[in-house]
Amino acid sequence: MADQRIEPVLAESASRGASAIPAAAPPIPARGRAVRIGQLLEREHVLACVLLAPTLLILTLFIAYPFLLGIWLAVSDKVVGRPGNFIGLENFRVNLNDTIFLRAFQNTFVYTFIATILKLTLGMLAALLLNHHFRFKRIVRASMLLPWIVPTVLSTLAWQWMFDATFSVFNWVLMNVGLISKRILWLGDGTLAMGCLIAVNVWRGTPFFAITLLAGLQTVNPDLHEAAEIDGANAWQRFWRVTLPLIKPIMLVVVLFSMIATFADFQLIYVLTRGGPYSSTHVFGTYAYELAMRAAKLGQGASISLFLFPFLLVVIVFQLWYIRRSD
Amino acid sequence: MAPDEGAGGFNRRVFLKVASAATGAAVVGGIPGIVAAQKPPSFPKGTKLNILEWVSFVPASDVEFKRLVTEFGKLAGVDVTVDLINMNDLNPRIASAIETKSGPDIIMMINNWPHLYADGLVDVDDIVEEIGKRDGAFYDINRKINIVDGRWKGVPFSNGNGVWNYREDWFKEVGANKFPDTWDELRKVGTALKKKNLPIGQAFGHSLGDPNSWAYAVTWSFGAAEVDDKGKVVINSKETIEAIKFTVAFWKDCLDEGGLAWDDSSNNRAFLAGTISATINGASIYFVAKRQFPEIAKAMNHAHMPRGSAGRFYYVGGQEHTIMKYSKNQQVAKEFLRWFMDRPQYEKYMTANDGYVVGPTPYWEKHPLWEKDPKLVTFKEASKYGRWTGYPGPPSRKASEALVKYILVDMYAQSIKGMKPEDAAKWAESELRKAYA
Repeated sequence: MADQRIEPVLAESASRGASAIPAAAPPIPARGRAVRIGQLLEREHVLACVLLAPTLLILTLFIAYPFLLGIWLAVSDKVVGRPGNFIGLENFRVNLNDTIFLRAFQNTFVYTFIATILKLTLGMLAALLLNHHFRFKRIVRASMLLPWIVPTVLSTLAWQWMFDATFSVFNWVLMNVGLISKRILWLGDGTLAMGCLIAVNVWRGTPFFAITLLAGLQTVNPDLHEAAEIDGANAWQRFWRVTLPLIKPIMLVVVLFSMIATFADFQLIYVLTRGGPYSSTHVFGTYAYELAMRAAKLGQGASISLFLFPFLLVVIVFQLWYIRRSD
Repeated sequence: MAPDEGAGGFNRRVFLKVASAATGAAVVGGIPGIVAAQKPPSFPKGTKLNILEWVSFVPASDVEFKRLVTEFGKLAGVDVTVDLINMNDLNPRIASAIETKSGPDIIMMINNWPHLYADGLVDVDDIVEEIGKRDGAFYDINRKINIVDGRWKGVPFSNGNGVWNYREDWFKEVGANKFPDTWDELRKVGTALKKKNLPIGQAFGHSLGDPNSWAYAVTWSFGAAEVDDKGKVVINSKETIEAIKFTVAFWKDCLDEGGLAWDDSSNNRAFLAGTISATINGASIYFVAKRQFPEIAKAMNHAHMPRGSAGRFYYVGGQEHTIMKYSKNQQVAKEFLRWFMDRPQYEKYMTANDGYVVGPTPYWEKHPLWEKDPKLVTFKEASKYGRWTGYPGPPSRKASEALVKYILVDMYAQSIKGMKPEDAAKWAESELRKAYA
């Protein structure tokens, strides 16, 4: 019925041509409008646009806008409460002459690469173990995720106690088993403190690797392993030549996500050392925060945060290209 | 004796009587009737006021502040709310409030923040001048950190001074019947204490308060400074090198070697655990000791920062209240601060703090609570020796940059780790030049 009502109107309009549409066209009934929307949605490109719109809106509001604002801040002399002026790459020039920034630059790379390699290695080992059948497997798998689930600040505070200069449980144990006679100042030396930060990051991030890689391992067809075994492949060869190539795409995605998250890490370091002692554990996140928030230099802080963007972009493009090529 | 009576005959009742009389006599400008009557004005129905404060280290302080705020709300017919957040979270909240032009009407700030956020703050000269005329001149530290380009941007609120907390009993055991008055004397006593496995404790990490308390105070007391009064970098001086040499020697002879890994709470824990004999801190150690470790409270006392060749100095991070420029309730905000800082109200606030905070003018040194517990007297006297970030220059944005980069702290920390004092001073000079560029 609706079609019968609306079609003559459309046909009439079409026959008159666009210029002949009456100035006061009769209102389309509500049901008729619904039908018209339904027809529109039947067109594939319209439907695609409608379905994409919410995601695009969210991405624009919460990703694209802050990102573009960050770029603007990085090339401005913006401080809190004052409008910023465009100063080109001046903030980046200042960064490159700043010894604390250069240390943070080095630390960010060391922290990210060592932590990611360790997380990948330990995560893979844990995934291989969890892929076997044993009693309480489900409980073990669930408990593996705990470090990743607990809020970072909360778990880091516990680590802070364990690394405490006076009351460290590690020192207490090591002293009582006679391995050390003098307490170790875990967070009192630049190199050691970086080691502690990496250790905590690895502890927190390994479950993510383990569970994701486990999901990948479970997609590997056992027949392939059996065939390899019949052909005389040992355990290492089966892992290297069968398992690894099959889970490589998922592994690369996990490494990519982890690298991005580790590059941008803040909470863990800020809670444990705040970049100290003697600015030896600053990473981009912590140093940018100090300058942007505590010294109100939003432009300078943004330039530090964005310093790695070109590098990360290259890593992401390369990894995505590699994954697509593998597919 | 009633709990609120002072030992010296100047009790709380007398104090309040004097306070009220003085208030009535000294009021000028503003809304005299309101202040004289000790009550705020009434505002149109539906008027709101939102205040952002830090979570105090003294829980009773927050309780009393909220009670006073409620009292003001009832008297003025205003719907007043208070948000309490962690001190570390104040900077981001302030930055987002100013940038988005929305948020609390009044924000409590610390240190020289009025200089950082001056463009987003309302001038409060009228309120501050009233308080000054009534209570006397503000301490230098509170004046400097709140006056930006000749205008008061914050109403000085309080000072939480960090003084030496020390074990009187252990100091006596090594022959020190009173706390040493000079750095050299302290080093001698500290050496003897460390030999008895009772070192002194001092943080040299990147926490907000304690490392700066040492770095700035020691630098100034040796006659050195980051910059001169014009803001020219002068850190690379023989005085600085002397201060570094002293700190390195003090570290080896007297200090707990955990200091490089300490945060602001480490010394509290170590002192209360009996592993250190002295440390620079606010009254929080003493308060906890009184509640949980009475034997330590009995055995400890407080003392002033020792003198160096240039005198006695404290690095004081004062607190202030600021009114935001975007606020639509600026008049209510001003009346609240005027009312809150008036003697009857502020007296109650100070009493709740029990000596943890000191008023912003010397008037509050006469408060009877200081006579109730003589062990707290040092705190009230510290403000007059207090200096600010960037002293003797202005406490500017540049001074803040030097502060957040921990340039002075790291100058000492790197020397402790083996860098030559001359090289450390040169490094600090190079970093300060960039911060003050």
